[in-house]
Amino acid sequence: MNELLRIEDLQTRFYIRDGTVNAVNGVSYSINEGEILGVVGESGCGKSVHALSIMRLIPDPPGKIESGEVWFDGQDLLTVSDEEIRQVRGGRLAMVFQDPMSSLNPAMTVGFQIEEALQLHLGMNDQQAEDRTAELLTMVGIPDASNRLDDYPHQFSGGMRQRVMIAMGLSCDPKLLIADEPTTALDVTIQAQIVDLMKRLQAELGMAVMWITHDLGVVADLAEMVNVMYAGYIVERGNVRDVFKRTRHPYTLGLLRSLPGLEADPGAELATIPGIPPDLIDLEPGCPFAARCAYANEQCWTETPVLEPTESERHTVACWRWEDIMRGAV
Amino acid sequence: MADGNGTLAQVRGLVKHFPITRGTIRKREVGQIRAVDGVTFDLYRGETLGLVGETGSGKTTVGRTMLRLYEPTAGEVIFDGVDLMSMKGKDLDRMRRRISMIFQDPFASLNPRMTIGSIVGEPLVVHEAGNKKKRQARVQQLLELVGLNPQFVNRYPHEFSGGQQQRIGIARALALDPELVICDEPISSLDVSIQAQIVNLLDRLQDELGLTYLFIAHDLSMVRHISDRIAVMYLGKIVELADRDSIYLNPLHPYTQALMSAVPVPDPDLLETRERVILKGDIPSPANPPTGCNFHTRCPVVRTDHCPLEEPELRELRPGHWVACHYAEEFLQ
Repeated sequence: MNELLRIEDLQTRFYIRDGTVNAVNGVSYSINEGEILGVVGESGCGKSVHALSIMRLIPDPPGKIESGEVWFDGQDLLTVSDEEIRQVRGGRLAMVFQDPMSSLNPAMTVGFQIEEALQLHLGMNDQQAEDRTAELLTMVGIPDASNRLDDYPHQFSGGMRQRVMIAMGLSCDPKLLIADEPTTALDVTIQAQIVDLMKRLQAELGMAVMWITHDLGVVADLAEMVNVMYAGYIVERGNVRDVFKRTRHPYTLGLLRSLPGLEADPGAELATIPGIPPDLIDLEPGCPFAARCAYANEQCWTETPVLEPTESERHTVACWRWEDIMRGAV
Repeated sequence: MADGNGTLAQVRGLVKHFPITRGTIRKREVGQIRAVDGVTFDLYRGETLGLVGETGSGKTTVGRTMLRLYEPTAGEVIFDGVDLMSMKGKDLDRMRRRISMIFQDPFASLNPRMTIGSIVGEPLVVHEAGNKKKRQARVQQLLELVGLNPQFVNRYPHEFSGGQQQRIGIARALALDPELVICDEPISSLDVSIQAQIVNLLDRLQDELGLTYLFIAHDLSMVRHISDRIAVMYLGKIVELADRDSIYLNPLHPYTQALMSAVPVPDPDLLETRERVILKGDIPSPANPPTGCNFHTRCPVVRTDHCPLEEPELRELRPGHWVACHYAEEFLQ
């Protein structure tokens, strides 16, 4: 497997009146060609900001990518010129956003919005672009696509609009598609359709996908690898089976336990993680999860843990005490 | 649980249609959104009835119409023997003290310019309960009850996290000692680790105060956790109603089956073994619902010579297990 994207020590901050928001705090990992990576975490954990940093879409000011390298297809996206990054964005590296209504232009037809990208990136003429757009919309499961090119976004349902967004993302054959909570605004039966569609498209087109979500269930269903993020750090990373079945970080464990499973005893009280996520303004050193962790000791409060391999090289965890917890020594 | 405590509320043939109008000066009605289209169920004292369905299924409208936040188009809601829908003025106000509501978006449902003390105390003021001193004491007590520090009475909603804001909303809902609390998606805007905290709180309050809940949600795994019985809605109608275990172990309506199989579960092993039903298409518009069985356009087991023509009635196939499907018998285990 060839490496497609490698991120080294990415750090993004926002300078606002109340202080410095440490949104992404040194994130490093890589995605292989054709891999589906799930990025999970709760609101404010930096999952979206880290993706926007990769695309260089962080508004500056107040945001600033402080350090790091983002190697994609032989280029460091953080050092290339604005012209070059525009070539990459929407072309080899595409993004689908959470809310399809606010990311589509309501005053332009759906056909025009997709054709625009094709003409810009691939230099197609009107007819080619129109044909290709109809093809793309058919591929994402929009019935009677060639007759819907002149329709406006409001004429589509929520699920159909998200399909349009995916078609737009796919228009220039990206090598990596970043999908930021693409199904969060949708109903479960529609979500199941989109997840199914994504699996099919990924198998057909062989692109890599980064799927950002707070829904652990969707990740378990779709992804191959998963990054669990908390307070701007990756706290656990590995393939889906390792992370969900041989969970090593107390936060991941807490998240999984706080969900009522469909097979679990329905009457029992739910396990909870006490407290709330830390304020990212002027984040203190030490493990970001220490304040909510039942296992935190002196070291957790003072030193920030880094990702280290567990039983398997590919399954890493940022916790000082994972071995103690696993052995039941605490 | 639904034991011998009796029935607290009976909803009978509840209908709520919203008019679709054209023109501003001379408004004329050009159609109707059939948000709730004949819903009948009972609420037992002390139970939690989960009301699930997707966007546009009418579940929120049922909750709001029961409280007369919307005037119903037709139907009755008999609460403790009295029909709420025919009540007026003072009588209605008195009844409303006994029913309260928790809203989906905690921040949007709290006035940002009021302190949380006055938010939680507002129902007491409106319903003229006690004097100022008694009200203050009650507010302190309520905040403690929902796990907030009573010293925070003078703070404003924005100073609290989403989970804490929802606790404020819960305290307000409990101010007048209601018997029935309508919980309208109370956890869906919260983060996963906070959802469990709120659900446990609601569970504890029910035990301590003997509350009855109508729990409206689209998250089936949470609904299963908290409910004693579950009603599944589709396009303004109840398609299946049964106790929790029957709904999950032996769902009889094809829509319920699809809904269950679409719930994402964070377990790779379980995902490999379970059967998935992926529905085709979208939910039809409630302004123009399909004829006959309104699910026939998406149903995986539709009989085209029957389902589009005849509307299925909600039938009791097993004691306490109601389903609206012509062919539900085929799924009986």
